[in-house]
Amino acid sequence: MSVTTKPWAVEPEDNLWEPPPVDPSPIPSPEVARELYRRMVLIRHFEDRVDVLFKAGRIPGTIHLSSGQEATVVGTCAALRDDDLITLTHRGHGQALAKGVDPGRLMAEIMGRADGVFRGKGGSLHVGDVEKGAMPALAIVGASSPIADGLAFAEVYRGGDGVVCNFHGDGSVNKGEWHEAMNMAAVWRLPVLFVCENNFYASTTNLRRVLLNDQLSERAEAYRMRNMTIDGNDVLAVYAAIGDAARDARAGAGPMFIECLTYRQAGHKRNDTGKYRPAEEVSVWMARDPIDRLRARLLDEDVVDAAELDALDAEAADRAAAAEAFALASPEPDRAVAFEDLHA
Amino acid sequence: MPEMTTNGASGARPTIVEALRSVIVDEMDANGDVYVIGEDISQGGAFQASVGLLDRFGAERVVDAPISEAAIVGLAIGSAMRGLHPIVDFQYGDFLYAAADQLIQQATKLRYMSGGQVAVPMLIHLPTGASGRGAQHANCLEASFFGVPGVRVVTPTTPRDTAGLMRTALRDPNIVLFCIHKALYGTEGRELLYPETSTGEFGAGEAIPYGSARVAREGTDVTVVANLLMFHRSLAVADMAAEEGVSVEVIDPRTIVPFDVDTVADSVARTGRLITVEESPRRAGWGGYLIGELARLGVLVGAVVERIAAPDLPVPFAPNLEKAVIPNEGQIGEAIGRVISTDATPIGVEALT
Repeated sequence: MSVTTKPWAVEPEDNLWEPPPVDPSPIPSPEVARELYRRMVLIRHFEDRVDVLFKAGRIPGTIHLSSGQEATVVGTCAALRDDDLITLTHRGHGQALAKGVDPGRLMAEIMGRADGVFRGKGGSLHVGDVEKGAMPALAIVGASSPIADGLAFAEVYRGGDGVVCNFHGDGSVNKGEWHEAMNMAAVWRLPVLFVCENNFYASTTNLRRVLLNDQLSERAEAYRMRNMTIDGNDVLAVYAAIGDAARDARAGAGPMFIECLTYRQAGHKRNDTGKYRPAEEVSVWMARDPIDRLRARLLDEDVVDAAELDALDAEAADRAAAAEAFALASPEPDRAVAFEDLHA
Repeated sequence: MPEMTTNGASGARPTIVEALRSVIVDEMDANGDVYVIGEDISQGGAFQASVGLLDRFGAERVVDAPISEAAIVGLAIGSAMRGLHPIVDFQYGDFLYAAADQLIQQATKLRYMSGGQVAVPMLIHLPTGASGRGAQHANCLEASFFGVPGVRVVTPTTPRDTAGLMRTALRDPNIVLFCIHKALYGTEGRELLYPETSTGEFGAGEAIPYGSARVAREGTDVTVVANLLMFHRSLAVADMAAEEGVSVEVIDPRTIVPFDVDTVADSVARTGRLITVEESPRRAGWGGYLIGELARLGVLVGAVVERIAAPDLPVPFAPNLEKAVIPNEGQIGEAIGRVISTDATPIGVEALT
């Protein structure tokens, strides 16, 4: 084995990412708890179907599964108002479902069918539904942050009190556009919540190889932006944090950066199994499954009983199955559709 | 002929920058959703396009931004998706490349990728072309983005066309690149080339539709199609040619996306001779596109064609070197001489379907 002294060729000594300590958050109400569980299991069942359909060759192109990251997107969207906006990433299925996008039309979009939310012109990388406040997903890392600033700018310009959530991954914090957008939002006190789904891998690259910060929220500090780092696999923690952040942003407190520590249960994309991640790291995080954790909390504290949770789970499985059936029954888009929608 | 002057010294004829400001003020008065964002615009910007806007509309609608081009364009996109109509003001169009991803990958695709769920009404003002400042302030933005689906590319050459096209652009719910040559603004204290043809009354600034070329000078022997600074050069050369008995038709496309190919086809069908003149590098300029379309229409059968463009080089600084690469009157005159001395067989307008 050759020895090199070139610093960019040296592997970091510590490349393991430990989950944050468990620090139970309060349970808001049984109704909210049920809703959080309902949305999370829907995403899990939906993504399981996407995975199967993709491997069976029924989904063209590529997919980026969000399994394992449900708590961050659900906790966030559940804490927002229906008329608040979110921007979505390339890993956007869960974000869309969390904001209320119809599962059938979402699945049809992912399959490139006529009944897709975007008429089959977006695909898995570009999902959303403006009616639900889910702006069309942008698949270029970092690109959505300045646009989120603009969505918030329009809200303030018109005197509204809406809030914009800019979902982005850990990879974005190394993009210039993200820094420009963070600074601009801070200087102009725009009501943007920069919600970073930090799953520690920018595609396949361990974050420790590409930045020296212990926490990404250090970078928000540089812009004098309010910030926090939270357990992104604890849906109750996310729900509470975003609820406070959105309330303050609505009241004019300006933007906030919320780093949610979470973990991809699948690989980056397609058939990637994530083998570049240490096995011990994967197993520790699998034991921190966000759905299992919420279920355990609700049962331990007698908030919701097991039968009810099982029923919610079965309902989600049915909805995912119905979404798949709806999408499979939808025709391909008419070829004329390719020539539409360039100009308004 | 008068090659150069500075505004203020040239008398009271309205300039392009005055036409630009006038219509921006009109449209901002009429539509509260229109706002301006850019670097240094509270001070008027490099070409003084935003002079007076701050006093009239206030800092809420005349937004001085940090030097963050990607964030400026991105913010404009986001606000446009929510129904505002940003005017993104670039001091030098050259700085747009720093936001190329936002323009090409985000702005132009958002409507398309979402199956029409959003619109992005946005005007980007881009001073373009060489003006004695070396390679990084001399790009032809109109050429760089000519091939990008989803943008209009507007290239006015007179106050009247500037006003009319700005009117159209600010009422268009789409993305417009509004490119004006740096030597044509008439900004006080700056070089103004061809003041005889680049200044003039603009009236009430009635809207001018995209894709309507202007036959600025009628002629029968040769068709010259030229835009921006090259339009004025060609017009000057056409005057000289007339003294020698050569009748040159000069056409200003006014917008290169969409391009009014029909007006040029009609002209070349009569003259049988075509010269395209553009300042941008030869390889990917609109002249190649236009000649291709005319060939496809059969207009060039029996025609003589010349194409003038800059070499595929960056623009050098030394004034004599800049002159060596930017197409000049001499080249245009020589090209006219060459095509005139070659036999041509016009297909005739009746041959056009």
